[in-house]
Amino acid sequence: MKVTVERTALLRALGHVHRVVERRNTIPILSNLLLRAADGALNLKATDLDLEVTEAVAAETAQAGATTVPAYVLYDIVRKLPDGSQVSLESAGDGAQMLIRAGRSRFTLQALPESDFPDIAPGDLPHRFTAPAADIKRLIDKTQFAISTEETRYYLNGIYLHAAAGNGETTLRAVATDGHRLARVDVAAPAGCEGMPGVIVPRKAVAEIQKLLDGVDGEAVIELSASKIRLSIGPVVLTSKLIDGAFPDYQRVIPAGNDKVMVVELAEFTPAVDRVSTISSERGRAVKLSLQEGKLTLSVTNPDSGSAVEEISVDYEGEPLDVGFNARYLLDIAAQLDGDTAFFKLADAGSPTIVQDREGAPALYVLMPMRV
Amino acid sequence: MPHQSIASFGLCRDCLGRTPPPPPPGRRWRCRACGGPRVVTHPELDQLTIAHIDCDAFYASVEKRDRPELADQPVIIGGGKRGVVSTACYVARMSGVRSAMPMFQALKLCPDAVVIRPDMARYVAVGRQIRAMMRELTPLVEPLSIDEAFLDLAGTERLHHGSPAESLARLAQRIETEVGVTVSVGLSYNKFLAKVASDLDKPRGFSVIGQAEAVAFLGPKPVSLIHGVGAVARKNLESRGYRLISDLRAASPATLASLFGKEGLRLSQLAHGVDHRKVTPERPTKSISAETTLEEDIADLTSLEPLLWRLCEKVSSRLKAANLATAGVTLKLKTADFRLVTRTRAGFPPTQLARRLYEPAHALLQQECAAHRGRQAWRLLGVGASDLKPGEDADQGDLADQTARRDASAEHAIDALRSRFGDKAVFRGISLRHKRP
Repeated sequence: MKVTVERTALLRALGHVHRVVERRNTIPILSNLLLRAADGALNLKATDLDLEVTEAVAAETAQAGATTVPAYVLYDIVRKLPDGSQVSLESAGDGAQMLIRAGRSRFTLQALPESDFPDIAPGDLPHRFTAPAADIKRLIDKTQFAISTEETRYYLNGIYLHAAAGNGETTLRAVATDGHRLARVDVAAPAGCEGMPGVIVPRKAVAEIQKLLDGVDGEAVIELSASKIRLSIGPVVLTSKLIDGAFPDYQRVIPAGNDKVMVVELAEFTPAVDRVSTISSERGRAVKLSLQEGKLTLSVTNPDSGSAVEEISVDYEGEPLDVGFNARYLLDIAAQLDGDTAFFKLADAGSPTIVQDREGAPALYVLMPMRV
Repeated sequence: MPHQSIASFGLCRDCLGRTPPPPPPGRRWRCRACGGPRVVTHPELDQLTIAHIDCDAFYASVEKRDRPELADQPVIIGGGKRGVVSTACYVARMSGVRSAMPMFQALKLCPDAVVIRPDMARYVAVGRQIRAMMRELTPLVEPLSIDEAFLDLAGTERLHHGSPAESLARLAQRIETEVGVTVSVGLSYNKFLAKVASDLDKPRGFSVIGQAEAVAFLGPKPVSLIHGVGAVARKNLESRGYRLISDLRAASPATLASLFGKEGLRLSQLAHGVDHRKVTPERPTKSISAETTLEEDIADLTSLEPLLWRLCEKVSSRLKAANLATAGVTLKLKTADFRLVTRTRAGFPPTQLARRLYEPAHALLQQECAAHRGRQAWRLLGVGASDLKPGEDADQGDLADQTARRDASAEHAIDALRSRFGDKAVFRGISLRHKRP
């Protein structure tokens, strides 16, 4: 293999690809990137066996071929090379090494044979649709915080992506929950998504997709089967295994009968929750919301350190109600809301509460109460 | 019995009376009142308040109490042909049998021993009875296990019309007559020395270590006398020249701290006979576990599953009894060559249900069996519940779990049936499954 690439283009591609590689690996080949030089392009590929990202960079190929080298070392080298330099990559030592040259710098890296590099084997991906990158990013941005890290309920360790039908229209919907809170977000259904199976996209793939879509306009192509998902955006292709499990029936836990409505200015609510929660000893302590007509009192009592109270005026006309929530979770949800106000629908101190931008907004959050 | 020289009186452990100063050297000191030989004396006898009480060969003593025909026979309590000795009676100990010894070895040493499977429920009941008697003396009873406890008797003199020593002698006698097992008492001015003392004069002993002689007493003892110094720590200490407790005392606390960290400071203090730990009555439970040594080594997951299930049931019933829930399960395995493997899964919603303990425990076991491609044989299997929460938080269900309350009421219904009709009344099919040939 012998190929010359422009440093900036190579760095950008490495930036996308190398993150997939786990820092600590017991299998040496998994620390490596696959480089394959073909006609006019250098293809990069990284995998952790569950997730694989490939990207093609324009290149001058003197000799086609492939090799694998340590991902983080290559990334660090290219990062430190001077801007605007041409980088030459060349197999050496009968393929046991790779030579990197740029300007006056020369590096020799230990290489492992291309044939050892694992392939995720996506198989047939029968469902295919194209969606605006911004929509996919929105689905992720608004739900990612609710993904569970609990190993026992592994099927919660991702975002449940599916086509949802309701009110006579179909939407592409993302749902995530850790049991304490749930996030459900809809975007307009792209043509072709209707027949897709509901899939659980694992947390790591979600995070990588989010980074790939950062600041990208245009369209993303999504292809799926029941066990794999592939997202292509420009020259980057991400393929991931899906979580093999059944996502819980989330619609059943979204309360329909919550009749106590509170509307509060976010600019007042968020800092106030943050302030009173200072007094709680460990993160995640409950903050008590006491509702009366036109008035919300936030309070925290911690026997070890003291207490805090703050009052804000709200739109509320129901019966007085006391309910406790995890302050951290309240703040997480408040941070997702797009408008100036938060719209709460409550039932009682023991039942889940709904939070939205406004009635009927495409993003909906459910929060479990805490005993206070 | 240490130091009988300058005492002004002795305490008779048979008639509980005080007896005048010791006789001239050469004559045995017997109680003036009853003529009994069990007189305990010490210059500080009336000042010391911290006691450690340890039942003598507890499980074996309970068995002998309930089966008098075993009284003079060697009795070993332990599990199956493969298990280890949990208790050996004093007759068996004369043949060299010790607790924690593999059963086959014990039987080689003492072939005519009567081996009895432990009946924990009965021992626990007896242990509770004894603990209740301790609590009549002082609220400051800190149980270490079902058959031993620390007591702090400071300030009980007027209540019990006598010094702590007298109260303890009375308690020992009462346990012997009312419960039918014997105990050994260690009396000192802190927990460390009280525990050391109770071991000096076993069985049916009463030993005193006073402040005046503590340092001299400890000096020539090996470092392994200190609790927490096992075989590995002892080797480590010895390799640096600390063989005896006097060696530790000679070193500065700073030196020991630089060598062994926090533990070094502890060793230094204990070597000087200093131990500031209080006798604390209720230690909150940190974990609840159950384990079993297998009849024979098993590698196959399917054969391990019923055993795992039964352990989960056991842990679950203990959680329920203690009104606790757990959010962390630890699987414990021991390989045929005694290597210990533990794997933990934590962070799930608090539960006390056997079914819900089984899920993560099973996932861990499956992982471990798969990692060895089912070829690793295990000799011990255990399940532990940690990260304990109040029982009220158990199985409340959440946004991703709609069945928790239903599962809980189903299991509680089964528990109710079992408590009325016995454990065999209702059980899950998995516990019936037999090992594949």
